[in-house]
Amino acid sequence: MADPNNHNSLSRFGIAPVFMFRWEESQQAHVLMYPEGIVKLNATAGEILARCNGQNTINDIVLQLSELFCEQPEFIEPRVHHFLELCHGKGWIQPQS
Amino acid sequence: MAKAGSNLNLDGQGNPVWLLLELTYKCPLKCAFCSNPTDLDAHDDELTTAEWKTVIHDARKMGAMQIGFSGGEPTLRKDLEELVAEANNLGYYTNLITSGIGLTRKRLENLKKAGLRHIQLGFQSSDPQTAHWLAGVDCYEKKISMAREIKALEFPMVLNVPISSLNIHQVADVIDLAADIGVEYLELANVQYYNWALVNRDQLMPTREALETAEAQVAEARSKLGDRMTIFFVIPDYYEGRPKACMNGWGSIHVTIAPDGMVLPCSQARSLPGLHFPSVRDHDLGWIWHESESFNLYRGDSWMKEPCRSCSEKEQDFGGCRCQAMLLTGDAANADPACSKSPHHHIVQDAVARVLTTKQDHKKLIARDVGWVPTEV
Repeated sequence: MADPNNHNSLSRFGIAPVFMFRWEESQQAHVLMYPEGIVKLNATAGEILARCNGQNTINDIVLQLSELFCEQPEFIEPRVHHFLELCHGKGWIQPQS
Repeated sequence: MAKAGSNLNLDGQGNPVWLLLELTYKCPLKCAFCSNPTDLDAHDDELTTAEWKTVIHDARKMGAMQIGFSGGEPTLRKDLEELVAEANNLGYYTNLITSGIGLTRKRLENLKKAGLRHIQLGFQSSDPQTAHWLAGVDCYEKKISMAREIKALEFPMVLNVPISSLNIHQVADVIDLAADIGVEYLELANVQYYNWALVNRDQLMPTREALETAEAQVAEARSKLGDRMTIFFVIPDYYEGRPKACMNGWGSIHVTIAPDGMVLPCSQARSLPGLHFPSVRDHDLGWIWHESESFNLYRGDSWMKEPCRSCSEKEQDFGGCRCQAMLLTGDAANADPACSKSPHHHIVQDAVARVLTTKQDHKKLIARDVGWVPTEV
């Protein structure tokens, strides 16, 4: 498995195939579902994972979130990196070539 | 089977999150630890395809997100693919809980097309002879070949191995086999003693010594395998001193629909005497969940007696399992006797002590000999 820390601003991630990620109306939240489990995501986490579609680079995600939340990219960037490392560690996302 | 509580990071805000459909009680196996009712032949009037679809729609509208297709053996239903497709289209995460008998490469491909997300394969033993003793029929080779087909089609897979005295000494071999097949999750589920398993309890229950050995083997395998495979080792509550947080509480997030449409807070609840559980044939699912007497009976904590009522842990375990309290103490509102604080805990301790003096012999197992379907489909 790739080193979860070994990614850069041009890396792309997709949701790992075991997981199903979508908006759940009844919870008013994004959820991540897997065999026998569900994780309800907070708004920021949901917005980041919604952009892990194999197309967006980490840099794209940072720029989109900085616009969405009206924050400087410099503020957003380390937080996005940190969250994606966490997601990768949990096996929720995987790097796309 | 009753679980210690599913892995869940949210509540249903008063609505069911998990929908378990027991499509049929029929099964090509005769497992001595089966969690189906012992009088299952009395409930063989199965819902039609259209009735199941209505259930699937209604529960989704209420907020259910995970759906399990179980049984008996769910692949005996010819409409399984159609029901999976319906559930997938509505946005459920679809789980198939199967023995693997009745599956073929073709059916797996069709289930994949229908949108099936995950398969949990029940597995008895790494040794064909032991598997036969536990399942009552020869099934080992078929299960291994189906496990490999499931992985070839890239389904995420849980290998679920009910653990008892007959196979607990094979835990290390089972782990090696699961790793070789390439499953993502291995669930070593110590048998819980309801229905057929309760009938066979003295024969099935492992000793504490055997459990500790198995736990050590699991710990060793976890450090060796790292994140290649997740191993769950579900401790038997008889040895825990604390009850399981059964179903995350009665009528909290789980709803089970029995083959004949009876709506249950868990698969075992049907065995509670004196309770009337409504059927989706007679009532709307929303009414049954929210309004029916049986779903409200043990909801929350106002039904609790001492020692649960004033217990600091009642928010964590909800007093344990109502069915186990009923089966062992005669009153479902008692504390689960698996809890060391229960005044009935001696019942569980006696059962545990009896294991040491029982001559355990597979020939004494009573097979689930009803609802058996003799041929493969």
